[in-house]
Amino acid sequence: METPRKIKTPLTEEVIASLHAGDMVLISGEVYTARDVAHRRLYEALLKGEALPIDLPKSVIFYAAPTPTPPGKAIGSIGPTTSYRMDFFTPKLIENGLKGMIGKGSRSPEVIAALQKYGAVYFGAIGGIAALSARCVQKAELIAYEDLGPEAIRKLIIVDFPAIVINDTLGNDLYAQAQKKWRVNR
Amino acid sequence: MNMEKKTKKTAKVRQIDCKLITTTVKKLFIEANTSLGKDVIEALRKSLPQEESATGKEVLVKIMENADIACRSKMPMCQDTGLAVVFLEIGQDVHIVGGNLREAIDEGVRQAYAEGYLRKSVCDPLTRKNTQDNTPAIIHVDIVAGNRLKIIAMPKGGGSENMSAAKMLTPAAGSDGIKKFVLETVEQAGANPCPPIMVGVGIGGSLEEACILAKKALLRPVGEANSKDERLVQMEKELYTGINDLGIGPGGLGGRVTTLAVNAEMMPCHIASLPVAVNIQCHVARHKEVIL
Ligand code: SF4
Repeated sequence: METPRKIKTPLTEEVIASLHAGDMVLISGEVYTARDVAHRRLYEALLKGEALPIDLPKSVIFYAAPTPTPPGKAIGSIGPTTSYRMDFFTPKLIENGLKGMIGKGSRSPEVIAALQKYGAVYFGAIGGIAALSARCVQKAELIAYEDLGPEAIRKLIIVDFPAIVINDTLGNDLYAQAQKKWRVNR
Repeated sequence: MNMEKKTKKTAKVRQIDCKLITTTVKKLFIEANTSLGKDVIEALRKSLPQEESATGKEVLVKIMENADIACRSKMPMCQDTGLAVVFLEIGQDVHIVGGNLREAIDEGVRQAYAEGYLRKSVCDPLTRKNTQDNTPAIIHVDIVAGNRLKIIAMPKGGGSENMSAAKMLTPAAGSDGIKKFVLETVEQAGANPCPPIMVGVGIGGSLEEACILAKKALLRPVGEANSKDERLVQMEKELYTGINDLGIGPGGLGGRVTTLAVNAEMMPCHIASLPVAVNIQCHVARHKEVIL
């Protein structure tokens, strides 16, 4: 098992270029939660030329919506939701500077192409281990779209959040490669 | 004489109060979200030596560690605490009193999701506006003999539900067609439904009955084969091997362990049809039950 590499957000161009599909990383710094409806709103704001509640070129988006925070905790349970639902909106966000995303599951060819063209990276996290993952979140702060409840945009401060590079700037796709490698044809 | 018989019969009728139903539903949803079934934990433990991929092994270890933390700290295992699916087996001699059954169940869900710090994940399909309390519950009812009430709470995650599918096959497709459809559905799902998964297969009935059978199949303990039909035992075995041969692996990162179980249920169908439903469940395979 390789030792994971520690990286910090915001992601720099050099770090992004040096990340390759299959690399294990521990991410620290700020990330922003946003999923389905928040993506529609960000996308529509971009189309209308309105200001966004987050600074895309400095941002990593975590496709997640936590459980309510119990008393005395920094956050409830939190983990990645399935990323393909954001595929429609993602190329536009990347085009406008978004540098990284954390989620689970495969991305569309359009997203993979945008990562290559504009230099961004897609990390996969393990789904369904949200009580464990919550331990990597130090702080959560509401940023925008409060009416969306769990789906609102929150700024999280994460420390050594484990993830793996799925799609890099070279067009590689870890899910496809790994599944091909382990497939048994009887 | 006749009178006496009648009184004897009505004496069998049991009253169950809606308040008890509400508190039971509340307890079951909190429990289901924080503690994984022993059968699933055992299946995960057994899958560890079968997994040859180092990454796959690590994912399995983390899944078990998460279940342990969640159970000890009473935290939800997954942030998606699910749509509230409820199965009821109502004895025909049960009389529900003190309110309305649907309202009693929804109130139990409401209390569980508020007091248990569970995420409210239900919304209007078009406006996407959250209903704020995770209601309405999805309720499936069976009327059975006796005077007991069985309540099964199954918080069902969206990620795995989204990867499920139903299809009306032609009778000519037969069991090969069924297996092909199941394998295609799982392969397309890939990493999305948080593998290792469990696969519920419903065969026959009507379109909606096949879907309900598939979901009910997920309630059967992991590792227990279909007890009613030898043909399904065989099909479950073949699909289990076929799915694990896909190589999707834990977390979808490649490996030997893609599914922990394939559970199939079947019932007769129309001479023109062969309905098949595949209900995918993630490793956070939650359900708890109580008999009142
Ligand atoms: S599929 Fe299951 S484990 Fe994965 S995020 Fe959804 S509820 Fe959680």
